[in-house]
Amino acid sequence: MSLALFLVQILNGLQLGILLFLVAAGLTLVFGVMDVINLAHGVQYMLGAYLMVTATALTGSFWLGLPLALVAALVLGLVLERLVIRQLYGRDHLEQVLATFGIILFVNEAVRMIWGASPLSIPMPQALSGSVPLLDGLNYPVYRLALIAVGLALAGGLYLLVTRTRSGMLLRAGASNAPMVSALGVDITALFAKVFAFGAMLAAFAGAMAGPILSVEPGMGDSLLILAFVVIVIGGIGSMRGAFIAALLVGLIDTLGRSFITDLLKLVMPAADANQAGPALASMSVYLLMALVLFFRPRGLFPAPA
Amino acid sequence: MNTTSMRRAAIPLILFALLAVAPLASDGYTLSLLARAMIFALAAVSLDFILGYGALVSFGHAATMGIGAYAVGILAEEGIGDALVAFPAAMAAAGLFALVTGAISLKTRGVYFIMITLAFGQMAYFVTQSLSAYGGDDGLSLAVRSTIAGHRWLRDPLIFHYVILGLLALTFLFCRMLVRAPFGRVLEGAKENERRMRALGVNPYPYRLIAFTLAGALAGLAGALFANLTEFVSPAYLSWYRSGELIVMVVAGGVGTLYGAILGALGVVLAEEGLSLITEHWRILFGPLLVLIVLFTRGGLAAVLGGKGGADRG
Amino acid sequence: MSLKGLLAATALTGTLLAGALASSGAALADPVKVGLVSTLSGPSAVLGQHMRDGFLLAVKELGGKLGGQETDVIVVDDELKPDVAVQKVKGLIERDHVDFVAGVVFSNVMGAVVKPVTANDVFLISGNAGPSPIAGAGCSPFFFSASYQNDQVHEVLGQYAQNKGYKKVVLMAPNYQAGKDSLAGFKRHYKGEVLDEIYTPLGQLDFSAELAKIAAAKPDAIFTFMPGGMGVNLVKQYRQAGLADTIPFLSAFTVDETTLPATGEAAAGFYSGAPWAPNLDVPANKAFVAAFEKEYGYVPALYAAQGYDAAKLIDSALKATGGKTADKEALRAALKKADFASVRGNFKFNTNQFPIQDFYLVEATKRPDGKFQTQVVEKIFSDYGDAYAEKCKMK
Repeated sequence: MSLALFLVQILNGLQLGILLFLVAAGLTLVFGVMDVINLAHGVQYMLGAYLMVTATALTGSFWLGLPLALVAALVLGLVLERLVIRQLYGRDHLEQVLATFGIILFVNEAVRMIWGASPLSIPMPQALSGSVPLLDGLNYPVYRLALIAVGLALAGGLYLLVTRTRSGMLLRAGASNAPMVSALGVDITALFAKVFAFGAMLAAFAGAMAGPILSVEPGMGDSLLILAFVVIVIGGIGSMRGAFIAALLVGLIDTLGRSFITDLLKLVMPAADANQAGPALASMSVYLLMALVLFFRPRGLFPAPA
Repeated sequence: MNTTSMRRAAIPLILFALLAVAPLASDGYTLSLLARAMIFALAAVSLDFILGYGALVSFGHAATMGIGAYAVGILAEEGIGDALVAFPAAMAAAGLFALVTGAISLKTRGVYFIMITLAFGQMAYFVTQSLSAYGGDDGLSLAVRSTIAGHRWLRDPLIFHYVILGLLALTFLFCRMLVRAPFGRVLEGAKENERRMRALGVNPYPYRLIAFTLAGALAGLAGALFANLTEFVSPAYLSWYRSGELIVMVVAGGVGTLYGAILGALGVVLAEEGLSLITEHWRILFGPLLVLIVLFTRGGLAAVLGGKGGADRG
Repeated sequence: MSLKGLLAATALTGTLLAGALASSGAALADPVKVGLVSTLSGPSAVLGQHMRDGFLLAVKELGGKLGGQETDVIVVDDELKPDVAVQKVKGLIERDHVDFVAGVVFSNVMGAVVKPVTANDVFLISGNAGPSPIAGAGCSPFFFSASYQNDQVHEVLGQYAQNKGYKKVVLMAPNYQAGKDSLAGFKRHYKGEVLDEIYTPLGQLDFSAELAKIAAAKPDAIFTFMPGGMGVNLVKQYRQAGLADTIPFLSAFTVDETTLPATGEAAAGFYSGAPWAPNLDVPANKAFVAAFEKEYGYVPALYAAQGYDAAKLIDSALKATGGKTADKEALRAALKKADFASVRGNFKFNTNQFPIQDFYLVEATKRPDGKFQTQVVEKIFSDYGDAYAEKCKMK
């Protein structure tokens, strides 16, 4: 294993982590502020990708399609909040799970009826296609570098928004004591609706950005939803900083595990056994990480103040 | 006894009576559909036992069920095909898995508990997937259904029906006995107010661990029956999606009633099958149905049939 | 009762009614009944859709009849869950009393349903899955494959790599049974050096880690098996990483008409192996592809062709028996003759009732109308049977 290969894998891990962060950020916001377990967050990621497919096809341009898709996702988020999620505030977590699971079934099926069962794709923007050589003749796609940069910028922006602005202060206050914020004359219902729709848009943005490298297909949000939950639980629910660090950690562990575990095992056991055990271990690595973190820190890395 | 509690007492009786006479009006296919529903009901009851009374929402319950199924499949592959050995072995294997993972998971609460049980469930899933000797991802076919003391009784769908029904009833009564005993009161007390429990000098941890282990073993039993029903075991039985389905069954049926879990399992299995006959896109109907259950009932199907007021504290 | 209670009760009643519906439904007349088992939901639904459409097209062309008999095709979705498939198949056999079960895209589903179907003396016609146990010691007089044995397609690429004189290759597949079988199949005829065998988690989205490894290993070619959405991702990322122009991409069930609409240009020039391609020069095939595209508006993939052939196979057998299904021996003998015009041209049954047929190297190509399809480059195997037939005790 060369140093260059290792560096490339670190970049890959970062890029996966950024994608996870974009999805996890909305999830942890909705959970932390509104105390709602929103399983439908995964389908919002999927909707983002599908809306992007249609928007880019309509406008013929990635750059025009993106804002169009985001606005559509925002509107859908508001509609969903008004129709279902609003009824779930203050309800038992399990009832939220059941209702939002129902939403998953509905949206997955609706997407299949509207866009068909075949995988679709989003064309890569011309300016970002191609790859740049990184050390030793190893190429790295420009689009992925751009994704990392945009993700980092967004993460920074979110951090400033939550810690430095008035809305952020309200958010944090709403998370710890909603009735008090309400008593201060803030319309908590409107605040929650905005937070939910904003989270939906973040997920949709992740889906839209993932479209050019991943295939757009029904059910694409389901496995990502589970990973996003892993991220927010490792990070500590409600903690934006925790979600960011955990997302990068999960991205890196998953990527590095896939690349190197089998080779490392080959050093200590026969190749056939390593081929057997390596991939299984690599698949488990993020879950092992989560179990370990929770064993030592039962409320995640950055527990929100009780 | 007021009318509400009478109705609640009557629901399980009526349910079991209906399931007992169902074969009179069923063909082979309906019997196998009911068998599937009852097996899920068994697993759901065991889940409600910890979820409804101890607030331990296991998102890895399908893993214990799948381990039970694999125990039967692997033993059969190694030449041990008798239920009197295989079924206890399935319960022991699943119970052991629950004991070990529970010992770690119970350090956490709430959503963290949900996710750590998911983590262990996923690990079990990936292990079965890598079991090349037993088919790996392609799964493992059972040559025949388990024998009972050498007799091939389970081959008969009618006998199989009553065996499952009997085990479901036993599981239900066993769990109900436990939740009404002091054991159950500690479990529930700790759910309501853990600090108070500790102030009374009771450490809820061992109670929770015992409950979690028992629930795992019972799910293992359900898995053993499931392997016999499908005559096949597959890693798909352990997937997180299946764990989610079990939670859906319990919540849709009504948490903390035990019979609600049976209602939920029957309702979900029959609704899936029935709706899928109407349209290929049955999920477009089933999804909103789940949302409606949440929005318009407090306490799931059990509350609809048994009157309002949440969990049965009987 | 309150309004909410009423609504909830309505929902419950609906549920129970639906359940009751599920258990009723006895047959009225007595047409030929075929249960078509396919994967129609989840990310892999597109494969099942091709197969179903191919099968239904054949029945439609035959005027809704197979062997001159009115035919009911009952389509069920296995959801890619073995236990669900078993449940559905039991319904087909015990409730609907089907004469044939056809279809089945995935091997793990096939492994689960083969016993409940064949043990009830019902014929199972595979439209795709061909796992090795059923081709070998576990073969059954009631099982016929209208597709191929799983290893064969991978063997095509192995033979091609061998013919081409590639010295070192990297192999990559998802970490599950079919993935392992795939790499074993490739190595059956390939004698060069295998630099690395990479197993990825099933359903993996991102291949950047693997692609970096491949780029560093600098093989003469890579061979991969990445069905469905995984393949779409891999192909796009392979092209983006700039590897497409330097390292030839050989694959099985990765680049085909189910994924080409999504990958488009990114897959152009990539090689696969198959017993069929839309441009295969066989009269029956030309008619099939034209009719399929007219009916459904998309280019058929192998699954569609095999679904079509499965229906034609059943039709030919029923014609021979005069539409009778009661005499199983006669029906089996008629099926074994494979007396129909396959879209693959050359098609006959081996002793294990899997096909003996030709296999081709195919290439993803853009057609003049802008759509993509695979096209035959060269024939790799002629009259090719599978490696397991001798383990089957049937004659």
